[in-house]
Amino acid sequence: MEKKITSPISPDVVEGLKAGDQVLISGVIYVGRDAAHKRLVETLDKGEKLPFDIKGQTIYYMGPSPTKPGHVIGSAGPTTSGRMDAYTPRLLAVGLRAMIGKGLRTDKVKEAIKEHKAVYLAATGGAAALIAKSITKSEIIAYEELGPEALLRLEVKDFPAVVINDSKGGDLYQEGKAKYRIQVGTKK
Amino acid sequence: MREIKAKDITETVARLSKEANYYLGEDVISALKKAREQEESPAGRQILDQILENAKIAAKEQMPLCQDCGLAVVFVEMGQDAHIAGGELIQAINEGVRKGYAEGYLRKSVVKQPFSSRTNTKDNTPAIIHTEIVPGDKLKITVAPKGGGSENMSRFTVLKPAQGRQGVVDFVVNAVDEAGSNPCPPTIIGVGIGGTAEKAVILAKKALLREVGKPSPDPEVAELEKELLQRINSTGVGPGGVGGRITSLAVHVEAFPAHIASLPVAVNIQCHSARHKEAVL
Repeated sequence: MEKKITSPISPDVVEGLKAGDQVLISGVIYVGRDAAHKRLVETLDKGEKLPFDIKGQTIYYMGPSPTKPGHVIGSAGPTTSGRMDAYTPRLLAVGLRAMIGKGLRTDKVKEAIKEHKAVYLAATGGAAALIAKSITKSEIIAYEELGPEALLRLEVKDFPAVVINDSKGGDLYQEGKAKYRIQVGTKK
Repeated sequence: MREIKAKDITETVARLSKEANYYLGEDVISALKKAREQEESPAGRQILDQILENAKIAAKEQMPLCQDCGLAVVFVEMGQDAHIAGGELIQAINEGVRKGYAEGYLRKSVVKQPFSSRTNTKDNTPAIIHTEIVPGDKLKITVAPKGGGSENMSRFTVLKPAQGRQGVVDFVVNAVDEAGSNPCPPTIIGVGIGGTAEKAVILAKKALLREVGKPSPDPEVAELEKELLQRINSTGVGPGGVGGRITSLAVHVEAFPAHIASLPVAVNIQCHSARHKEAVL
């Protein structure tokens, strides 16, 4: 059974989310991937203001395909989150509360998620046409010149995701794998 | 000598680029449906449902299956008795990619200088083109868009001959296990064994073009494929990496004679959005 939640996700709701929970997200999420993350962190390093107030917000790691006429956005599935790991603890430290992507995070990121009481969710990689259906509005807010890597603000309705790393240290990728793992012969 | 027009090559590549990105192959869809029946994990089943639903939406609305429309990997088998008229083969293919990716609203994901400026070429060229000269007078073109998430999980090693079959099994299973959720499981695993370094890597990629789950004609290789799939599906990674029985839909192995001193092994992981379309001119 999916939990319906609103983004920005309140601290109470984040703390109530457990690894493995299925959620449907409605509200506002921001979109940024590799190049946008690099710029966000460079902006912080220079002591300048970010193009949006990141406090309490949700970032979706995604670079859409081009929008066809009459559509809100192109296909819009998650990209591999691990490439953002180098930048993530810095953004969590300035208030980022939730991330949506797919794939494994480093221990350092998982620690930072616990420390800042944040959450990491996954959307289904490759379900990009399906996910696009839950996006009701899309606008570029910065870095337009980066093309598919521009920073976007989305409005979403029942965006499907699953909690991977919760604020208490729960980790669905580890727990799920352990549950279904079969030890064979010489395997480690 | 049979003549093939360069502009026909361009048109064909443009069409295949779009079709590959919109329409998942029937073989992939039936493998996913079978996986849906077999999967024990409820979270895994939900992901398989989403993947199958996604394929329907993409086909119906002519939208890319995945926002990562890939690098355009193009395999060309050119009959030695054919002649290309009115242009150059490589240019004709790249022009086709440029046209197909523009017309099809496909994402352009190529950066020019990979180690520094990483500026987008904005038309998804250059394509990655592999040509082979074969008997006959036809031209076979396969367009296989490849996403970064799965390609980044590729692995290559040269084992010692003494490590043998067990060494191969351990290396391949470990590569898929460590990749976890990153390459968008359930995946198809291409394995190239033997040859030289570059030969093994190409074999691994080419193995992905085979109909999903069709065993190798060599019984010993087919047996290896079976064992690899069973071992991979014991890792527990599961659909989407959330835990489950179906981590991979199939393992395809291509073997080739090797040097007396070497046992090269390459792994190329294909996400569930296993896109490739072909045409013969």
